[in-house]
Amino acid sequence: MISLYHYLALAAVLFSIAVAGIFLNRKNVIVLLMCIEMMLLAVNMNFIAFSRYLDDVAGQVFVFFILTVAAAEAAIGLAILVVLFRNRNSINVEELDSMKG
Amino acid sequence: MSMENIYLATVLAPLLAAVVAGLFGRQVGRAGAHWVTILGVGISFVLSCIAFKHIALDGGAVYNDSLYTWMVSDGIRMEVGFLVDRLTVLMMTVVTFVSLMVHVYTIGYMQDDPGYQRFFSYISLFTFSMLMLVMSNNFLQLFFGWEAVGVVSYLLIGFWFKRESAIFANMKAFLVNRVGDFGFLLGIAAVVYYTGSLDYAEVFAAAPSLADETMQILSGYEWAALSVIGILLFVGAMGKSAQVPLHVWLPDSMEGPTPISALIHAATMVTAGIFMVARMSPIYELSETALSFILVIGSVTAFFMGLLGIVANDIKRVIAYSTLSQLGYMTVALGASAYAAGIFHLMTHAFFKALLFLAAGSVIIGMHHEQDMRRMGGLRKYMPVTYVTMLIGTLALVAVPGFSGFFSKDALIEAVHHSNIAGSGIAYWAVLSGVFITALYSFRLLFMVFHGQPRFDVHVDHHIASDDPHHQQHDDHHHGSAPHESPWVVTVPLILLAIPSIFIGWFTIDALLFNGWFGSAIVVGETHDVLGELGASWHGPWAFVLHAFSGAAVYLMLGGIFTAWVFWWWKPHWPGIAADRLNWLYQLFVNKYFFDDFNNTVFAGGARKLGQFFWKAGDVFLIDGLLVNGSANSVGRFAGVLRKVQSGYLYHYAFAMIIGLVAFLGWLLLK
Amino acid sequence: MPISAETLIFWPAAVMLLGAALAVITVRNPVHAALFLVVCFFSSAVLWLLLEAEFLGIALVLVYVGAVMVLFLFVVMMLDINIAVVREGFIRFAPAAAIVAIMMTALLVWVVWYQQLGVEEFVKPAARSEGFSNTSAIGQVMYTEYVYPFEIASVILLVGIIVAISLTMRRRTGTRAQDPAQQVKVRREDRIRLVKVASEKYDHGQGTE
Repeated sequence: MISLYHYLALAAVLFSIAVAGIFLNRKNVIVLLMCIEMMLLAVNMNFIAFSRYLDDVAGQVFVFFILTVAAAEAAIGLAILVVLFRNRNSINVEELDSMKG
Repeated sequence: MSMENIYLATVLAPLLAAVVAGLFGRQVGRAGAHWVTILGVGISFVLSCIAFKHIALDGGAVYNDSLYTWMVSDGIRMEVGFLVDRLTVLMMTVVTFVSLMVHVYTIGYMQDDPGYQRFFSYISLFTFSMLMLVMSNNFLQLFFGWEAVGVVSYLLIGFWFKRESAIFANMKAFLVNRVGDFGFLLGIAAVVYYTGSLDYAEVFAAAPSLADETMQILSGYEWAALSVIGILLFVGAMGKSAQVPLHVWLPDSMEGPTPISALIHAATMVTAGIFMVARMSPIYELSETALSFILVIGSVTAFFMGLLGIVANDIKRVIAYSTLSQLGYMTVALGASAYAAGIFHLMTHAFFKALLFLAAGSVIIGMHHEQDMRRMGGLRKYMPVTYVTMLIGTLALVAVPGFSGFFSKDALIEAVHHSNIAGSGIAYWAVLSGVFITALYSFRLLFMVFHGQPRFDVHVDHHIASDDPHHQQHDDHHHGSAPHESPWVVTVPLILLAIPSIFIGWFTIDALLFNGWFGSAIVVGETHDVLGELGASWHGPWAFVLHAFSGAAVYLMLGGIFTAWVFWWWKPHWPGIAADRLNWLYQLFVNKYFFDDFNNTVFAGGARKLGQFFWKAGDVFLIDGLLVNGSANSVGRFAGVLRKVQSGYLYHYAFAMIIGLVAFLGWLLLK
Repeated sequence: MPISAETLIFWPAAVMLLGAALAVITVRNPVHAALFLVVCFFSSAVLWLLLEAEFLGIALVLVYVGAVMVLFLFVVMMLDINIAVVREGFIRFAPAAAIVAIMMTALLVWVVWYQQLGVEEFVKPAARSEGFSNTSAIGQVMYTEYVYPFEIASVILLVGIIVAISLTMRRRTGTRAQDPAQQVKVRREDRIRLVKVASEKYDHGQGTE
């Protein structure tokens, strides 16, 4: 039987994979953004699972909003990336250190 | 005019004069300065005589009142007040008289000096301070006067402040006095601790009840409180009255002008210690330990300092060592509980020692500021008045029967002989042998200066003359003109001082020593009443003179005079031979028992090294290096490390956020 | 024992999800990574359908895959990326990443399992009736209780549009476009200037007529 635990565990592992992805991908900002999307996906998974098992539709409404915001954020993030690439001609994160103290 | 106002005026007149001469010196001019100060001290003297007449002759009541309460702290009253009893009026009269003589004398002595007004201001200020000291009715005012005379002494010793030796001397005087004052302050603190009051009357009333109190100084050693208080207060007296080992400043104080040597370092300031011990007799009578201590110190000073007078070549130094020795005598008298005898000797000594100093000053100006005795000689023809007055002073000093010094010194010696506390035996031998030595150096001075062939052109080897460093400037100077007698402003004070030097002993000894003249001012315990014993066999001054010829003192004195005549008149080459044969002894004397060398290397040098150590290790290394620069450096270094966190890399920041999140969550969950 | 349909769908989908996730972070080519992310989304859509969140499952595919991932692919392809450089440093940081990931998982699992949140008590409720529409259930709640957040979400999207355009739009140099506003603003004085010129005598003597 698939219980709530399974879904929660699945979401946890997905989230962790995304976190690992953030520091592995130093050279590629796009993959960084993709990992952020994956994290949001994991969170959504949690919400949906709880919504089903607690029989409350509010979880799904919340996912709806998360989806919206994630889409907007992805768009803006990519716009920034494009501008960055135009100026630096590189998406190598290690070269973006002008804020160095 | 009420007595209270008289006492106030006595104290304030010299102060006012000092302020006018000091602050407005330029406006009043030289004549103005000396007139206003002589007027001030003159008023003081007249009023002191009136007070003397009132209290001593007319039997007026002892005045003990507080004039002004400065503050009250924790029950301890700090006031300005006067205690005027017979002891006080005696001191007042002596101080003001000698001060007046010195003021007049200074007109002649300092007439060429650019600091004329400043000098008068200082000596008037000194008179004020000394009067505050002797008229005080509480320890605080005593201490104020004590310190004030110390300060003025410092100012006056270093009067010619451009001279390095003068500055060395005044610093030495002040610092050595400071050591004494430290003990004095501890003594006053102990008094306050045990009696809760600074007022003399209250302390003396409480003293007998403290007789059994003890205190622990070092762990395990119990000391009688009154002994500790007595000894500590006496340490102050040791500094001020130049007892061994705090005597080292007095010979150096001869760097100051001669008038102040006469005023301060012969007649008044150095006697402050003697006066203080006499004033504190109610306390000292209760502690034989303190009295023995005083006896021993006094006898050491009396004997050993006299010996140094035999080898000194500066005329003022000889008289300075003489002063040291006589102060030792007074101290011995105090230690033997013969307080009245000590004060009596203080009074006679004030007159003849001031006379001797002023006469020496007259010789010095007559010799155009030459002070080395080896270049004097035969001055009897050139300066007769000075010669006669100096002779009178010397006769008084060596205690020729009939002169004032004889009465005070011989009474003192007899009194010590009667004493039986610990140390009195040594003291008796010390003061007795001192008579021989006193005669020896005094007549050496007379013979070298006034008799024999004039030696004005003799070249002096300055290596041996280690005691008059300022001399280097006066080397081959002023050989043209012969010495001449000094002006009347110089000689009249000499004559005026010679008179009491002869007569005052004869007329006052009976009253002062044997009839309880001092009344309640001096307390003597029954077992210590040496003057009472002496008084039992007293038959008047003439009998005392005759009695002296059956005692050893007169013969020792004559022996001293004879020896001096042999060595410095009949066979003047003998002193040189003796110095060669007994060179070790000679060197010991010339180096003043190496006290100065010891102090310079151990205390002064040690203090300097300690200061250097603290400067290098404490200030430079610790505070500058570690704390100030160190904290700046460590902030800099820390910041340098910390700024690496701001790497500018996005993934570092993301990493930091995630780590922080994990840690925070972990802590929340695990707690 | 009989394997329920639910299990049969859950496990493959889950494995595919996690496998694709791992692939996203490990492949070299960012285009491949984007495509693997698409696979992630599809498999999680399947899982959501299993959880009877039909509307959102479809929305995930339409919105996320259809719009956001396409956008990602556009950008990836637009940027000229030097792939060789991208791979450096991967091995160096793998252990640190692994540790952090494991710690994170452990924390989350620990919260759920060991904290005894009472998760066991949540049993799946009974299956819905035939005519039950997940979409209308969401709609019922959305436009009544949550209408305010809904409006705000739309504003956020508007903001997103404005940001994206204002950041990335640039004017090309050299092109000429008409600006009607400027055209209408023109004044006669800016275009025409009347000049009086002195007339000169024409010489008829020379040349032809």
